[in-house]
Amino acid sequence: MKSVKIYSDGRVILDGRENVFEEKGLSLLEHLYRKEVGDYPKFFKMDVLCKLGFIASELLLKGESDRFTPREDRAVLLFGTCGPLCNDRNYQATVRDYPSPSLFVYTLANIVTGEIAIRNKYKGESSFFILDAKDEDIIKNTIEEAFQDPVTQEAVTGWIDCRSEDDFEAEIELMVK
Amino acid sequence: MTKVYKIADHAVTPLASGSKENFNAVLEGKSNLKLHEGTFGVKEPFFASLFDREEVLRNAENEGIRGYSFFETILILACKGAIEKSGIDASSSDTVFVISTIKGNVEALGEGSKDVLPATSARRVAEFFHNPNSPVTVSNACISGLAALIQGQRILRRGGARNVVVAGAEVQSAFIVTGFQSLKALSPTQCMPFDASREGLNLGEAAAAMVLGTSETDWELVSGAIRNDANHISGPSRVGEGSYNCLRAVVQDKDELAFISVHGTSTAYNDEMESIAIERAGLLDIPAGALKGYYGHTMGAAGILETIVSMKAVENGVVIGTRAFSGNLGVSRPVKIDRENRKTTKQAFVKLLSGFGGVNAALLCRRKTGGEK
Repeated sequence: MKSVKIYSDGRVILDGRENVFEEKGLSLLEHLYRKEVGDYPKFFKMDVLCKLGFIASELLLKGESDRFTPREDRAVLLFGTCGPLCNDRNYQATVRDYPSPSLFVYTLANIVTGEIAIRNKYKGESSFFILDAKDEDIIKNTIEEAFQDPVTQEAVTGWIDCRSEDDFEAEIELMVK
Repeated sequence: MTKVYKIADHAVTPLASGSKENFNAVLEGKSNLKLHEGTFGVKEPFFASLFDREEVLRNAENEGIRGYSFFETILILACKGAIEKSGIDASSSDTVFVISTIKGNVEALGEGSKDVLPATSARRVAEFFHNPNSPVTVSNACISGLAALIQGQRILRRGGARNVVVAGAEVQSAFIVTGFQSLKALSPTQCMPFDASREGLNLGEAAAAMVLGTSETDWELVSGAIRNDANHISGPSRVGEGSYNCLRAVVQDKDELAFISVHGTSTAYNDEMESIAIERAGLLDIPAGALKGYYGHTMGAAGILETIVSMKAVENGVVIGTRAFSGNLGVSRPVKIDRENRKTTKQAFVKLLSGFGGVNAALLCRRKTGGEK
């Protein structure tokens, strides 16, 4: 697989081929987890941004041979506007009475890149970039810049944004230097 | 490959305003870390280094900065100081802003506006300087500041700008303080990096900025690396995997190093992990030091602030002592940590950071030999 797009309205596009699911929003991600992954219960601890990034990366990478061999040459570089905003709201709701450590951890924008690196044993670069809007030029240039690192030969990269648990998209691909 | 240099810098912290002023305060062993009770409405007292907000806002107003959130205000103050010293034209389309923060303006959460988004703050900062380019915000947990400096370096190497303004800031809030309390990561007293009695970290506020370019100056940002542990989202690798890989990637000649400016958060796992990474990289004989005992953990500002202070230290021939270190090393590998300031004649250093999400970063900076300051 070279590219994966997931939209909260139920559309899932794999290498340009579109499937439309009845499930929407968070239910779509949970449906895809059961259908396509199933063996990574940490998924259920994740916030919606991480669930989205995780499922998109699973669809992208699941057919690869030697998939879980540790490697340093593949980076994870994701871009978005809202970052962990959805989970920030969830955590904020706990601040007054009983602040939740498990929610707090997911208030960091780069946990989604970390989850993908951990799942796939990628010891290369992982970075999250926040942009004011989906600026294709900045994204293209930033990826090109990341390939300046001589160790980085490939990257799981793309756009991931969650306005709410019912309104999100991920458009990621595997790029080679 | 194109060489990248620091043109100017500026740090705004609860200790002092200005890079030299901050270095002098650190050299004298000063800190603004203290116990806060009831601050931000947080029930449990906490030890932190916080700004006097009224004073900062008054100073900002005198400089024509008004109508911004506190987070944006300190970012602008840091940028303004660095830009004025650099002499660059910040309004030029050849200048790009790279912003570093972890939680930005999270205090605005719940007010129902876009003000909470770091990208909104970054845009406002760039607009303050009439800069026409869209800024990039790097949000990579506690390595954000170094990741932003590395990003600035890469933009210049690609030829994507003539100058890059890299600026990082963090303001504390009930959101962040209660989060670290819930993780049981905060020390009830002064943090003690690498000490046997360390009990956790102290949080801090700061803003710091650096203007980068490709015309030669005294300071070169030589090489940077970002590596994931591929281990755990909220704890470092027990074998210092990512930090070791970063050190391996950036250190070229260990004999040139005056010191390693470690992350040194004063948590049990972080400091231990760093000692192992330093050993694996063969750098145990290089002096190491942490600045968290002066500033606390300034999160998105840390990478830039600690790089600025480290540059000043090299310029003044000093390895800065690790404040609050008792002499009783509390990590398993014999890292060269010292409480006192020591002399050095070496002209380079490595800044090391790591953070949640499994991230680690290192940056090698080298001063032109024979350079005068």
